[in-house]
Amino acid sequence: MSAPITTSRLPAVFERCKQQGRTALVGYLTAGDPDVSTSRELLLALAEQTDILEIGMPFSDPMADGPVIQAASERALEAGTHIADVFELTKNVRDAHPDLGIVLMGYANVPYAMGFDLFSQRAKAAGADGVLIVDIPAEEGHICDASLKQYGLDRIMLLSPTSTDERIQLASDCASGFIYYVSLNGITGADMGDMQSIHDKVNHIKAISNDLPVCVGFGVKTPEQAAQVAQFSDGVVVGSHFVAHITQAATKADIKPALSASAASMRKAVES
Amino acid sequence: MYNLDITHAPDAGGHFGKFGGRFAAETLMQPLKEIEEAFFEAWQDEAFHTERLDLLKNYVGRATPLYHAKQLTALTGGAQIYLKREDLTHTGAHKINNTIGQGLLARRMGKKRVIAETGAGQHGVATATVAAMFGMQCDIYMGREDMARQMPNVLRMRLLGANVIPVDSGTATLKDAVNEALRNWVATCEDTFYIFGTAAGPHPYPLLVRQFHTVIGQEARAQCLEQAGRLPDVAVACVGGGSNAMGLLHPFRDDESVRLVAVEAAGYGLDSGQHAASLAKGKAGILHGNLTYLLENDEGQVKGTHSISAGLDYPGVGPELAYMLEQGRLELEASSDDEALEALQVLTRSEGIIPALESSHALAAGTRLAESMSADQIVLINLSGRGDKDMNTVFKSLGWLEDES
Repeated sequence: MSAPITTSRLPAVFERCKQQGRTALVGYLTAGDPDVSTSRELLLALAEQTDILEIGMPFSDPMADGPVIQAASERALEAGTHIADVFELTKNVRDAHPDLGIVLMGYANVPYAMGFDLFSQRAKAAGADGVLIVDIPAEEGHICDASLKQYGLDRIMLLSPTSTDERIQLASDCASGFIYYVSLNGITGADMGDMQSIHDKVNHIKAISNDLPVCVGFGVKTPEQAAQVAQFSDGVVVGSHFVAHITQAATKADIKPALSASAASMRKAVES
Repeated sequence: MYNLDITHAPDAGGHFGKFGGRFAAETLMQPLKEIEEAFFEAWQDEAFHTERLDLLKNYVGRATPLYHAKQLTALTGGAQIYLKREDLTHTGAHKINNTIGQGLLARRMGKKRVIAETGAGQHGVATATVAAMFGMQCDIYMGREDMARQMPNVLRMRLLGANVIPVDSGTATLKDAVNEALRNWVATCEDTFYIFGTAAGPHPYPLLVRQFHTVIGQEARAQCLEQAGRLPDVAVACVGGGSNAMGLLHPFRDDESVRLVAVEAAGYGLDSGQHAASLAKGKAGILHGNLTYLLENDEGQVKGTHSISAGLDYPGVGPELAYMLEQGRLELEASSDDEALEALQVLTRSEGIIPALESSHALAAGTRLAESMSADQIVLINLSGRGDKDMNTVFKSLGWLEDES
């Protein structure tokens, strides 16, 4: 390899938040939703308010997503979004935000079809710091871990209320960047579970996982919930709630201001 | 009568070579592991098999006959054609072998609710049937397009007390029904058992489904030896996901003289782009929890498929079949919509047996193979289901009913 590979920005993001005494805000949008050029504006707008941006790679069969993000995936694909557009959008955001954490999120078949080596190379070149593949658990890491490592990309691992201690250990061993705790047994966008049990599980995960940062997501809809989750986590993930602005707005031009306002209130909530 | 050894098992992670595995969301990993443990524990338990085999005999009506189709053989000219009559099982298709097994497992695990995906509706009916018998709540996910073409089965499921949930996402067919069932299971796995209908999905489903269906091939093998005094030369089954194919073919895997043939749906033709031939035309990919052959575009987006038969209309295929193909132990054939329709009519007229459109794909390819063979050879075809559910589609195709679509 010619150029040295820059390391992931994710540890610096969490360090910076810690120094500033706040919790990271992690925002999600699907790339290419509702179309590539609008998506560019929305991603850039959301990046203004977030510490980490999760950029969704649209997929024909988003098995773990609820109706809001399913529809986002369908809109993006119908608008003709290709994986090349996902990388291009990632690069646009990276160029505008050199310190932002960027994670590409999606399902295994898209990177698998490209080949994990080429995918990792292109993701890194576009400026991504990490990758979260919903349907590659630790046990199947053999198909992607070496490629991600070679290109200095963090592998973000999911944990859920059903994860046993054994599974928490397994996921922690192959995770870097952060752990994404899915706060309920359900699809994206459903209601949050009981806050105390989420708190307990996050503490438990931290005890097992060698202090990897733990971000909590799936179901955060209001600034109040975000503020609560921020009390005991390293990051609050907001996805469906942001994506929903795309269909709630009367015109495409109305999406960006609504999204920005919503992101600003979430940002304020996690800072308090 | 039945051999309960698990041969050709996948590795501990459920891999058949590079295929299979457990590519599932984290939330499902523990529930899948619990099913795997419950399955292996049950499989070692004599009481489990006693109850299962009793139900297969006295409720399902096994053993199903092996029928020497002499009229069809004469009409075809060539090898002797034997039909394994899974169409004569209770509910009319092989699917019940698996739902009895998984239903018993669900009950053993204390689950109160079962869910399933269905394409042609046969797996949905078989699941609803078992749920009725075991007194379990039952929700069936079915693509809206499939509901339209298999309405009799939708109504049967309702009569059996199941709730049929239409799926509108994606292509509104089987693959989307699987997505929707998975989404529901993620949220309900504590009290719900997902009765997966085909030999695909995340580990342990491909193994589970295969083991519960091997009764088909074990019976057929013994019956063929008894009736013809020898093994068949070719065993033929249609393939959507691969449940009836694994059930028939698996027990013949170590019989080197027996050719194993999987028949895929060629739809409007293999070169039309409108088919469901994942093994012939797909490439390795990851969907619904396993690595297997998929019909997809260059960027890994899964394609919509086409087949006249809803049960074969699936862009993936069981991982073990992908593995057997790669190992050279499986031969591929494909039958088009028209060939299947023709085969359905030929069997109906010559033998008085109306087969399902799925099984008609196997019949079309099986008779084609028989033609090129000699009269002292044997072609064994799995007649996986009966055709009642397909009458609307068939009548429309024959022009006897107006096609509203």
